Amino acid sequence: MSAAAPVATRAGPVPSGPGARASTEARIGAALVWLLGAVLTLIIAAPLWMLLSKSVQSVDGAFVGLANFAVYATTPTLVAALLNSLFVASLSTAIVVPLAFVYAYALQRSCVPGKGVLYAAALLPIFAPSLLSALALVYVFGNQGFLKGALFGASLYGPVGIVIAESLYAFPHALLILTTALALADGRLYEAAEAMGTTRARIFRTVTLPGARYGLISAVFVVFTIVITDFGIPKVIGGQYAVLATDAYKQVVGQQNFPMGAVVGLLLLVPAVLAFFVDRSVRSRQVALLSARAVPYVAKPRRARDLAFGVAAYVIGAMIVATYTVAVWASFIKYWPYNLSLTLANYDFASFDASGWSPYFNSLKMAAASAVIGATFVFFGAYLIEKLKLAPFGRAFAQFLAMLPMAVPGLVLGLGYVFFYNATWNPLGVFYGSLAVLVVNTVAHFYTVAHITATTALGQIDPEFESVAASLKVPFWRHARRVTAPICLPAILDIGVYMFVNALTTVSAVIFLYGSESKLASIAIVHLDEAGAIASAAAMGAIVMATAIAVKLAHLAIDRALLGRLQAWRRR
Amino acid sequence: MKLRHAASLALGMGLAVFAGEALAQKTKVTIYTALENDQLGPFKASIEKAVPDAEVVWVRDSTGVITARFLAEKDNPRADMVMGLAASSLLLFEKAGLLETYEPKGASALKPAFRDGAAPYTWTGMDAFLGVVCFNTAEAGKAGAKAPASWQDLLQPALKDKIVMPHPASSGTGYLMVAGWLQSMGEEAGWKFMDGLHQNIAAYLHSGSAPCVQAARGERTVGLALDMRGASEKTKGAPIEVIIPKEGVGWEMEASAIVKGTKVGDVAKKIADWSTTKEANELYSKTYAIVALPGVVNNPPNYPTNAEAGMIKNDLGWMADNRDRVLKEWSRRYESKAAPKN
Repeated sequence: MSAAAPVATRAGPVPSGPGARASTEARIGAALVWLLGAVLTLIIAAPLWMLLSKSVQSVDGAFVGLANFAVYATTPTLVAALLNSLFVASLSTAIVVPLAFVYAYALQRSCVPGKGVLYAAALLPIFAPSLLSALALVYVFGNQGFLKGALFGASLYGPVGIVIAESLYAFPHALLILTTALALADGRLYEAAEAMGTTRARIFRTVTLPGARYGLISAVFVVFTIVITDFGIPKVIGGQYAVLATDAYKQVVGQQNFPMGAVVGLLLLVPAVLAFFVDRSVRSRQVALLSARAVPYVAKPRRARDLAFGVAAYVIGAMIVATYTVAVWASFIKYWPYNLSLTLANYDFASFDASGWSPYFNSLKMAAASAVIGATFVFFGAYLIEKLKLAPFGRAFAQFLAMLPMAVPGLVLGLGYVFFYNATWNPLGVFYGSLAVLVVNTVAHFYTVAHITATTALGQIDPEFESVAASLKVPFWRHARRVTAPICLPAILDIGVYMFVNALTTVSAVIFLYGSESKLASIAIVHLDEAGAIASAAAMGAIVMATAIAVKLAHLAIDRALLGRLQAWRRR
Repeated sequence: MKLRHAASLALGMGLAVFAGEALAQKTKVTIYTALENDQLGPFKASIEKAVPDAEVVWVRDSTGVITARFLAEKDNPRADMVMGLAASSLLLFEKAGLLETYEPKGASALKPAFRDGAAPYTWTGMDAFLGVVCFNTAEAGKAGAKAPASWQDLLQPALKDKIVMPHPASSGTGYLMVAGWLQSMGEEAGWKFMDGLHQNIAAYLHSGSAPCVQAARGERTVGLALDMRGASEKTKGAPIEVIIPKEGVGWEMEASAIVKGTKVGDVAKKIADWSTTKEANELYSKTYAIVALPGVVNNPPNYPTNAEAGMIKNDLGWMADNRDRVLKEWSRRYESKAAPKN
């Protein structure tokens, strides 16, 4: 608030000359803040509102109160899907979070060699659409899988397959949170505990775990939400095991029963919203782990611990890499399991699906547009909220909307978009099914993380810059372009790459939204698998994964060059 | 403001020029279809060659999905034509008054069964497809199952959880099989047979060809599926037999029609005319053994020789009239039972 003062007071008493200019600037600034709020309303709030209102309407659009929910609760198949979803999500969470904790512990609190390799291996699933892990499992544990016996006669198609595939897919998301949670610790606490002769188990229980408590709670909610809202894996490997996400698809796409789809969507919203509020309350109670006098904890080599965690981490990492290797390998096989010779025929997508390679290029276009538009818009929006201390209500409103997508799973947002763009009164309906809607949806879906990244980067810049710019009579837009944006370039690049990779791999959000000319690679995988062309589906998945990894590597290289050249001022 | 004005003007003019050009050369015709994915490319090429002013835009999904979508959009249809969709679905649309009356040139030369029998003339048949049994002999040997000569043989305990079939609500092939059993065995015996079959079903899939592909790859032992897919998988080297059970198999027809109220009716009529030509029928016969135009014959390798003889006496009108009721009953019996089964 303090920075608002100079502009406001100077604008107040002096009616002409430079003061008038400052007030024009303030008016433009305030208008832009409100414009940001309006755009965010259009791309985030309005679709969600449509979802809510659809759930209390009949198929014909008449208000029916909670009748749809009553129908839901009394239809055994629908309730069974809800219970199934809760079951697989809980089980996957119970598997993923402890394993990710061990892995994170190996990375942060032990002296296991090859941490870079371990880190890269665990992040692999982030670069592929969720279905790819499921496709790989068909080859490993399916009825013709080479490790079929490992399931002891249980069928892969159903809860078993869903839980294994979701665990692989959600692992890196839990790991990222837990490595951050374990990254910082006050070494003095450990020294004091050791000096007092405390046992290691007790140190772990009374020092390590409480320090990571916030991360653990976060990880539990994130994994649960990812699993319960994922569409791709149950679609490929779920067999007759109905879950909420596939039910929503069946209701909306299969039976065009929009109200019932909205009800399922709202159910999917519950865990995510719950997570959002628990997260906030835990965060507000989290006290600083690192005081100014803290000594960062550095792990010292200890044989038994390093060996145990090293073995555990390498086994987990190897399983992840092996799964995705199987998917890539399978994409080259001629006719599994009867003819294992290698071929490139599965990459000739046109012979399996008329759209051929075009979904891949649509995906590239969509991801590139999301990256450029998303990074620009998010950064500028964050600048308006963070740096301009104007229009306090507008800013608070925009800030709220910017944080909202965090609590909204992709599938739910996608449903909201279907209802919003399909409404007969909506003039934007002409965009339905176009690549533009997919871009807008992707930017909105991944808005929060990008917004936090931008806000953090902006927060690190001393507000003095704005004061100096104001006293030099430089309008904020010039200041933002000439000073702030260049300083934040690495963060802007981060946002762009984040948008790109997610746009490339997302299935849940876009499965309802694509049109005949905007089919994406991730949707092509669903269609190829549906038609039984599983090797070709794996091939498409492999290409998406390769592209995402290549972009990420390019990002790392550019980042290094940027930090070296343009950001030389950071070094003294 | 001025600049933006100029920009929008330029954009508008550009659009007008563009639209004018498009009008002169190509008219976009949106066709809803349930044709198999690999057929869409060749169909589009052949149509655009025969009707140079048309640009075909496919919207493809399984029969059930396309049917539901078309009905849901009935107040504001987005499709100009429907092609390669089950005739029983088209009969439904005809009843709802959603189809344009038009008899394509050349329709009179088609086999009588493939012509809309009742006035007004709205739809034209293209080809027929059958629901057959794809039987993986290698996997059956391991499980000790014998090859089914009759539908009842599918109930043998050795096949428990080893059969896949298309979901009748989303796949046209699935519905024709269910309708076929109900018509040939009679309602009561038909449902009783399906009760037994359900015990051996591993999954109801959302595609008419995927069950056979899965059986061909040994992922399952038996796949109830589209006839042609069975033949083509066998030709690719899969250890399967394509079997026509002795009681006969259900079948359905693919047909096309023009949507009432389309803005591109003239081009759509030309495309409808194309659908009765020899070229079109030869294209159908690449994917289907039985097509509308007499004399166009294609016996694909490994296609069962007794297929045409094995087609049951099928009433498409019955299939259309009873679709809702049969699917509801099917869902009541098997969908509510399917979930707790796992």
